[in-house]
Amino acid sequence: MAKVVVVTSGKGGVGKTTTTAGLGTALAQSGQNVVVVDFDVGLRNLDLVLGAERRVVFDFINVVQGVAKLQQALIRDKRLETLHLLPASQTRDKDALTDEGVARVIGELRSRFDWILCDSPAGIERGATLAMRHADVAVIVTNPEVSSVRDSDRIIGILDAKTEKAEKGEKIDKHILIARFDPARAARGEMLNISDVLEILSLPLLGIIPESEEVLRSSNLGTPVVLNNPGSAAARAYLEAARRLMGEELNVTVPSGKRGLFNKLFGRRAA
Amino acid sequence: MINWSAFFKRSNSTAPVARERLQILLAHERSPLGRSDLIAALKEEILAAISRHVELDADKVQVKMDRGAAVSTLEIEVEIPNGVTALAANS
Repeated sequence: MAKVVVVTSGKGGVGKTTTTAGLGTALAQSGQNVVVVDFDVGLRNLDLVLGAERRVVFDFINVVQGVAKLQQALIRDKRLETLHLLPASQTRDKDALTDEGVARVIGELRSRFDWILCDSPAGIERGATLAMRHADVAVIVTNPEVSSVRDSDRIIGILDAKTEKAEKGEKIDKHILIARFDPARAARGEMLNISDVLEILSLPLLGIIPESEEVLRSSNLGTPVVLNNPGSAAARAYLEAARRLMGEELNVTVPSGKRGLFNKLFGRRAA
Repeated sequence: MINWSAFFKRSNSTAPVARERLQILLAHERSPLGRSDLIAALKEEILAAISRHVELDADKVQVKMDRGAAVSTLEIEVEIPNGVTALAANS
């Protein structure tokens, strides 16, 4: 049965789009049929991170308004044939998304894909609540930093109140994904550590993505880190997080700063 | 002699402070006390209650909230000028 996953955070710049691309790519690589949907109308970026920015013809809004068919707007990834993108519109604003239109498109996507990953815009306004509306699962992307954790707590409250499942009295499956984790700074006590974040938010951990140059390099190239450098710590973290999302029980390893030192001494590339 | 432990503590461990501040803040934001309009609502109702008995200036009512870990204190300061005419009770 298809699963709708919202990748959300409240705060901007924590790594939602990178995470949507990373998890989507990792799921698609394991043979799952995946679509990533950009809900950030007016400020789309998922196309750019996936290297599909020049292939956008029709977008989510066009499909919602019936101007284009879903099939016409979906972009199939050139590297992974099981990965698809439904891009957001760059010229419209979030008011162009109607409740009924979004519900219809999500329903159609459910019949075609195993996984529907919704990349939420930042904030708690309409775009963000629409992105989470039909979700079965939520991935809350958090940085180990006070404002990000506070905003995550707020978004968790909204997930429990405003999603379709919550309104029906059902529970939405929620996971924390810690991104931009810097092991060296955490060890020095400059950054909240993993257990602090989990204790405060009291939700299960989907994975820890270390802060890495590899992620930036991959965005520059428009190739998700999972494909660009599968051996890197960030790619392995996304691959493992995707397996946990599929129900596998894997221990989460907290990245240690020592690997960084090793890389500094013996060259930058792990693979 | 250099006190190394103090040196390291001062320059580095800010994470425990962050954690404690977050725990206190979120405990409040999750509770009814976290309602952003709570203080305004309290001020209005307290003012209304007192004004039924004593004539006073709305600007002379100060309401403050100090959020602690275990208990919070709500501080209300009402300035009543001396020599005001008492209003008839239950009017």
